[in-house]
This record gives sequence, C-alpha cells and structure tokens, in this order.
Amino acid sequence: MYPAQFDYRRAGSVDEALGLLQEHEDAKLMAGGHSLIPMMKLRLAQPPVVIDIGRLDELKGISEAGGGVRVGALTTHADIAASDILAASCPVLAEAAGHIGDAQVRNRGTIGGNIAHADPGSDLPPVLVLLGASVHLQSPSGARSVAAADFFQDLLMTDVGEDEILTHVDVPARNAGAGAAYLKFEHPASGYAVVGAAASVTVQHGRCTAAGLVVGGVGAVPTAVDVSSLIGADLSDDAIATAASGLDTEDPLGDIFASGDYRVHVGKVYGKRALAAARDRA
Amino acid sequence: MAGVLGTSIKRREDPALITGRGKYTDDLLVEGMAHAAIVRSPYAHARIRGIDTSAAKTYPGVVAVLTARDVAAAGIPGMVPVGWLLPDLKTPAHPMIAADTVRHVGDAVAVVVAEDRYVARDAAERVAVDYEPLDAVADVVAALEDGAPAVHDDAPGNVAFDWEIGEKDPVDAAFAQAAHTVELDLRNNRLIPHAIEPRAALASYDSSTGVMTIHMTSQNPHVHRLLMTLASLGMPEHKVRIVAPEVGGGFGSKIHHYADEAIVGLCSLKLDRPVKWTATRTETNLTDAHGRDHSTHCAMAFDGDGRITGLRVDTKAAMGAYLSTFAPAVPTYLYGTLMSGQYDIPAIHCHVTGVFTHTAPVDAYRGAGRPEATFVVERLMHLAGEATGLGPIEVRKRNFVPADAFPYQTQVALAYDSGNYGPAMDRALEMIGYDDLCREQASRRGNGNGNGRRQMGIGFSSYIEACGLAPSAVVGSLGAQAGQWESADVRVHPTGSVTVYTGSSSHGQGHETTFSQIVADRLGVAPEAVEVIHGDTDLVQFGMGTYGSRSAAVGGSAIAGSVDKIIEKGKKIAAHLLEAAAEDLEYEDGSFRVAGSPDRALGLGDVALQAYLAHNYPDDLEPGLSATTFYDPANFTYPFGTHVCVVEVDTETGSIELLRYAAVDDVGNVINPMIVDGQLHGGLAQGIGQALWENAVYDDSGQLVSGSLMDYALPKIHNLIPFELDRTTTPCPHNPLGVKGVGEAGAIASPPAVVNAVVDALKPFGVTHIDMPLTPEKVWRAVNAD
Repeated sequence: MYPAQFDYRRAGSVDEALGLLQEHEDAKLMAGGHSLIPMMKLRLAQPPVVIDIGRLDELKGISEAGGGVRVGALTTHADIAASDILAASCPVLAEAAGHIGDAQVRNRGTIGGNIAHADPGSDLPPVLVLLGASVHLQSPSGARSVAAADFFQDLLMTDVGEDEILTHVDVPARNAGAGAAYLKFEHPASGYAVVGAAASVTVQHGRCTAAGLVVGGVGAVPTAVDVSSLIGADLSDDAIATAASGLDTEDPLGDIFASGDYRVHVGKVYGKRALAAARDRA
Repeated sequence: MAGVLGTSIKRREDPALITGRGKYTDDLLVEGMAHAAIVRSPYAHARIRGIDTSAAKTYPGVVAVLTARDVAAAGIPGMVPVGWLLPDLKTPAHPMIAADTVRHVGDAVAVVVAEDRYVARDAAERVAVDYEPLDAVADVVAALEDGAPAVHDDAPGNVAFDWEIGEKDPVDAAFAQAAHTVELDLRNNRLIPHAIEPRAALASYDSSTGVMTIHMTSQNPHVHRLLMTLASLGMPEHKVRIVAPEVGGGFGSKIHHYADEAIVGLCSLKLDRPVKWTATRTETNLTDAHGRDHSTHCAMAFDGDGRITGLRVDTKAAMGAYLSTFAPAVPTYLYGTLMSGQYDIPAIHCHVTGVFTHTAPVDAYRGAGRPEATFVVERLMHLAGEATGLGPIEVRKRNFVPADAFPYQTQVALAYDSGNYGPAMDRALEMIGYDDLCREQASRRGNGNGNGRRQMGIGFSSYIEACGLAPSAVVGSLGAQAGQWESADVRVHPTGSVTVYTGSSSHGQGHETTFSQIVADRLGVAPEAVEVIHGDTDLVQFGMGTYGSRSAAVGGSAIAGSVDKIIEKGKKIAAHLLEAAAEDLEYEDGSFRVAGSPDRALGLGDVALQAYLAHNYPDDLEPGLSATTFYDPANFTYPFGTHVCVVEVDTETGSIELLRYAAVDDVGNVINPMIVDGQLHGGLAQGIGQALWENAVYDDSGQLVSGSLMDYALPKIHNLIPFELDRTTTPCPHNPLGVKGVGEAGAIASPPAVVNAVVDALKPFGVTHIDMPLTPEKVWRAVNAD
C-alpha cells in the first residue's frame, strides 16, 4: 500500500491547474482523491505528478442557474446528498449521492472526481444521463459542455481531454409532475453498484407524458433503456415491467460476484422497481 | 471479592485502544531501524531460472537484497516447519525463501531492506526474477485428478495425508438397513482471516550480546520462539525473545509460524540492525494461512423412527502449497472427531484426504475444523427433517444425547464430559417465537402457489464444539509436536496487590480484564489490584498461547491453581502469626480467619508483607508469596447450543435479508457476560459472513481473484442485525472454574443456521442445497433451476 514516487503540486486556481497540466506530461488531477489514491497505492496508477485541485473554492458549491442547478466539480457527495436546492429541484441526484460509499467517502469524494473516473459501478453517472445533465470542461483554449450521455465513453474513459479540467455539472430542474428514483444493488465487498437503476416518470393530467430509465453497472457506460412505450400508458406494474425488460447490453460486465447474464437480469428487475418508485413519487 | 465473577465489568484494555494509545508492532520505532519489503512470486507455480538483484541493490537508500543464496550462506536451517504430524504425512520442505521453485502467488523469493519502506517497495519492483511459468492447480478436487500438476515431487498425486476415524463396516451396514437416508455434496468455502492488523515483525539483533528480540503479531510467542529458533534461524532459544505487543486480532492467522517473520529475523541477524516489516493488505491476503476449503460428500442413515443409525463423510481438504504449523490437525482431529454433533450416533466413519494445491496454505481459522464438521452434521439434519417428515426440531430432539447419558463416548474418539441439549433448543424456540414464524411462512408460501416474491425461511443449528485445547498426552498421541497445557505465575506483592504472568496471549479477547476477575474472585481482592502480563517470552516462563477457545478453560484454570496454592501457603503463614493450626484457617473475602474465632484474622496484605519480611515466619517455609502452575486439562470442554436464523429471500433477484438471529449457547460458567456476548457477536459475524459473503477465489491459473477488499466481502455492520442472545449454564465438570470457551462458538454454529434458513425459504422451489457463500446470483440460479 505504498505508492511509487511522485511529485505533488497544489493548484491555487483553475488557471494555475490548467498551466500545471500543460507543464507536466502524464500528470493526474486529484480532487477528493478517493479514486486516484487507491489506484496509486496499488501501483495500478503511477503518475509522475499529482496536481491537487481539491482546495479550489471556485469549483465548489450548489446553486440555481438558468432554470436548473449548477453543481461545482469539487462539491462533495455529502453536500449533494444534503442539499436543499437539490432536494427541491432534483432530489434523485441527492438520493444517488447518499448511496455512495460511507460517510467518510461522501465527505471527501466529489462529483467531478467521481464522474471523471467513470467507474461503471458508480452511482452518479446513470442519474446524470437520466437527467440530461451537461458536463462543463475548461481548457486553456476555452470552455465547452458535453451531454452526460456523451461524456461517458467506455470503461474508465470519458470525454475529458488531456488539457481539460471538469469545472461543473448543470442539471435541469425537474418538470412539474415528475417523479424519479435511484435504486442500487450494492456489491457486498466494494459497496459500488452491481446495478444502479435511475428512473423518471412524468405524469400530467393522469397521463404519463415522459419516462426515462438508465441503468449503471451492467455495461461499461450507463445504459439507457427505451421506455417510450410508457408514454400515454396507464403505468401499470405490467406495463412498467414490459418497458424495463427492454434493457439490452451487448457485452455486459461480469465478475466473481455477478455474471453478465445475472447483471442484465437484475438490471431489468431494478429498472422495473425504479420506474414503479418514480411513478409512486410522480 | 464477591460479585466480580460473572459481572460485566468494562474492559480495562479499551481506554488505550480506543484513544489510539495502544502500541502495535508497526507503531514501534527503534533507533537505526531499516525496513523490509518482500519480493513475491506473481505465479502460482514457476521455476526460478535466475534472480538479478543488481538494480535493486544500487537503488538509492537500499541496504541489502537477500535471496535463498543468502539463507544458505548464513548457515541456518532456513525452513518453515509443520508442527503436527499424522501417520504417513508427507512433509515436503518449505524453505523460508524459495530457491528454485515457487508454489503459490505470494511465495517469497527475495527481500529488500532499505532506509524507508517506500524505498524498499520501489526497489523490490527492481528485483528481476526470471521465472519459467509451470502449470498450476488451485482447486482441491482438480489437484487429485490424474495428471494434475504436482505441487511437490515428494507428495505423489498431491496427497499430503489419507486419514480416517470411526468404523466403516458398521456404517455400511446402517445404510444397507436404513429406512431413510439423506446425502449431500458440498463445498466449504475458503476464507481469508482478515485480522484488522496485518502481520508485522520488528527484529532487533544485537551482536554485542547475541540476543535477538522480535516484536511480532503473535497469538503464541513461546511457540513462535521455538519454531523460529529450531527450524528457521538456528539460534539458541535463550538468545531469542519474542514479544507480542498489542495484537489487532488473529482468528488463528497469528498462531502459525510463517516465512516472512523469519526472513525479517534473518535480515536483522545479517545486518546487525533492527529491521521492520509490515504486511500490506494484499500480502496478508496472499500469505496468511487461509481457512476451510473442503469438498465433501456426506450421508446419514435413519431407522423408521427417525433415529440416526449411521454417518458417512468423505472430505478432500486443501492444505495449500505447504503444510502450515497446525494444518494437518485441522481437517482431521479437529473435524472428524466432531462428527457426532449433539447426537447419539451409533456408527460414524469419516475419511479425509489432505491435498496440496498451488495456493496459500490453509490452517486453523476461527473454529478450525469444527465449523466444517458442524456444517456437515447440521445440513444433513436439516435434510433429515424433510426426509423423515419429523421436521427440523423433532428430528434433532429425537437424536440428542440424553442429559442423563453423560459422560458420553462418541464413535469418533471424543468423550463428552457434560451436556444438556434440550433446554437450549427449547429456549431458542421460545425466543424466536417459532409457531408465529411458521404461520407467517405458510401464509407467504400460500401467496401465488408458493411463488410469492419474498419467501421466509427458518434455519436451525444445534452445535457441539470441543475447545479448551487440550490434554497434552491426548494431543501428543494424535501427532501434536507440542503440549497444550498452560502456565500461570501469580505473584502477590508485599502490599497485597497482584501480578499475573500468563502464557495465554491476548490479541483482543480481553484477558487482562477477565483474568483479573478470576483472581479477584478467588483471592478476594479488587480487580484493580491485579495486573495481567502476557505476550513476552522474557517475562512469562512458558506458554502455549491463545487459540482454540482455550484461554479461560486452560489459562484461567492455571491462574486459579496458582491462586489456590498462594492461599494454602498464606494459611501456613497466617497460622504461624495467629498461633493457630493451618488446617483451622479459612480464607474468605481476602482474610485468613481462624475457624470459629472471627476476631482472629489477618488480611492478605498483612500476610504478604510477612511473607516478604520473613522475620516472624514458619521454619519450614520459603519466604515470598507467589506460585506457578502448569495446568494440563483432563479433557476438552464441550460448549453447545442451538441457533435459529430467519431470513427473507427475494426470489426475483436472489437477495437474502437477515430478519432474526437467536442464539442460545452453553459455555459453562461465565466470567464476564459482556465479553462473552462480544465474542458471540464477532463469531456470528464471521460465520454469517462465511455463509453469505466471504469467498477466497483462485482462478485456474492460481491467481487469487478475491485478493482485495474490493472483491472479498467481509461482513459490515450495515449487513448485520441485532443478535438475540441467551445462555443455559452447564458447568464444565473437570476444570476449577467450570468454564468452557466461547471464542469460536458463533463462527462454528452459524453457517448451517443461515444456509438451512435459505434452503427452507426456497423449499417451494425444490431447492435442497446451495454452496456457500449464498450470493444472490447462486440463489437466483437455484430458484430458476429446472
């Protein structure tokens, strides 16, 4: 549990961090350190330089912005789980953040570090994809945003460029009549999601007008399920089960705890249950 | 002091431990200390063609790099021995550092000593070992197949031993005539002990005195000294001191003598400076002796009344790559001898094959053989409840050894000294509210023709165990290369306070608290007036250590014996001072009194002072007031009880939720109920962990797939539920305290209770067995099997 030798640099601003990234090839950014440090201790990651951005206050905090909610990249899971703003406008994100790790992990781990690491068993990615969140990236040449659905590219791979820093995530506010839920099937050892199902249902005038289901843990990236059959439907248990059974992943993940086939099965069951919970909250 | 024994006084150990003041081996800092990192094989089986240490040796900060050549050059034995011999046991050499062949992932091939541990680890990566990978076999069944890769050339067929107990012919006859039979093929899953504190050693050799002091994570420092000096370092025993400072759990894993601590000793010896090594969690998982790993076929025969007529067990037990210290005893004398359980079984035959595999060694782990035996017997009894139609309670009660049949001689060597099994089961049924549970279960089964999504199951385990290891002559006749008595030196100081030097070696159990209670009760002093010293070969004369739930029954009895001797001597001194006859003196509440003359009395402190002054003193008595006892128990002790587990199974996903867990245990007289409850809680967590989560998995190439806590699932607090505990009390008839042992009971009893509950829940689906751990996927597949 001893990392290889590395240099430690602490950035005082986003601009300084961007400069350090330019300066040091193969440097790694560290926010809460909860993904990077374990990898380094196992010597699976041996970056020559670690750039600590953990104290950049400009990247912290939750605020209302443009009809939605802006979550700074360095906002901790604990702050997200306890946020009044999110509780009012996007409670499912707070719900998912409350499932991450344990209290110590939630106190240190950040949303930016979490999604930049892109562990397939992470709780936040399927929720952000479900919500249609956008991820904002800053580089020396400017800023850009990318839809969460496009941000996650493969196992532990994202759209973050080598010269970019993830600055914040924008989440649209929920619609009137919308209910959403995140259900987690937890790995008994790691605490990561074997399957994490994020679902939303909007009911207006007694009719379902929108529905979404995104399942994490089954594939390398969050898997969106086409549940459009629910729109206009009665949202019966049967209709929900049929919709959730559309979960399909070509090459599901598997390990000694849960095979690919089993993950797909649980994904359908948890998708169904998440949709039903979302319906009951709508 | 009256009212001390049987009282939940708080653990005196805890203030230091919970405020971070406890000093564990890794906390110790010594002037001039260097750090070792051990280079380990990444292959399960490979030939070492060469080792190039030049890059490591020249890495800045490196002090030395040693390999098997240096072991040979040092002229020391350099071996890791086995301490329990069975007839025809194959004992292949286990060198401290592999010379030409590595036999499991983690086998030591070199050691780097450096000025700090980061440098040591960096340099270890620069030791270039040229391996020729060879075929490996990690599975206990596959290792016995024709053509399996050989772990050792001198153990043909990978068989370490072939052992049996009981009589085969009467068992065959019982099956031939049986009205009912049940049988089962099962795997008892391999476990990794996971003491919170990883193994560590700090060896300090001083060439000016020739003395080596090794602080290390030990459950039995004297045993470690013996094995370290005799087989590994070749030093005279009196020149080696082993100290176990605070030790953060062991569960058996710190009984054994390992290569690593001996390697650290060699480094210090060679460099003439202190060297420390602390295992990483990964090293711990790769090299600590694992537990269990059996493949078993078992069957039980019954007559028309549901009485057991025969039990047949055939087990393949993994030994791993080398024979660890007590490994051969675990699946034999600690397993086959337990096969009678709580039952009167007229014919038993148990055959065990010990098997070498290219894995970490397997040795004693909490329960050590007894959980495996209990699992066999209690799973079969569950099936028998179904097969005979008697149900899980009646089939057990009908076969219990009756209360008036003790002492009871089993067909597998053990003679149970005492027992009273019915009341423990009755109390468990009462606590759990069995009739209400059955109604609830029936209603769920009725829901949707037995296919209700959330099914409920109730599982029983009526267990016996044999602990308080052990009568020395008995274990000697069975192959132990050590006695299993315990020593206690109790010294009363001139002011009347007391220091106890015990050969038991606490590593979390709370000996300092409970042993002070024993002395306080027997000697009539306050517990605070008693200091308990353990875990240091220079301070304690000799001791066998702490394992096998032996500390209270054997270590405690030795203390009681010394206290009694002190009282006897004190009576002679008091009689002299009081001008009375010694036989007229009574000892009560810390005072020597002349019987019938309550005014003529002397306190313990008065007598102790006179014992040290020896001014006015009996002519024929030596001064001083201390006594040493080597207590060798007359028999094992036999805790027992009935545990009931209630689960809910989500049949759609296979997830299991624990609903209730009630345990009634009979551990004899209780010294400290809080500590007994704590032992049960921990044991239950580990047993439930084995049943539901824990699994050491090697792939076909011998890589440990569950090598980290990201994959190896230990039970966590949020996975568990409040346990409902109660006790019956049947004192042990053959030790002075009437105590038995409780350290392992929870881990022994609980796995079959959990599995029986899950199988019971899934009865509507025709499920009769699922191998541990009962992961959701396995349960789901069982539910959906054709």
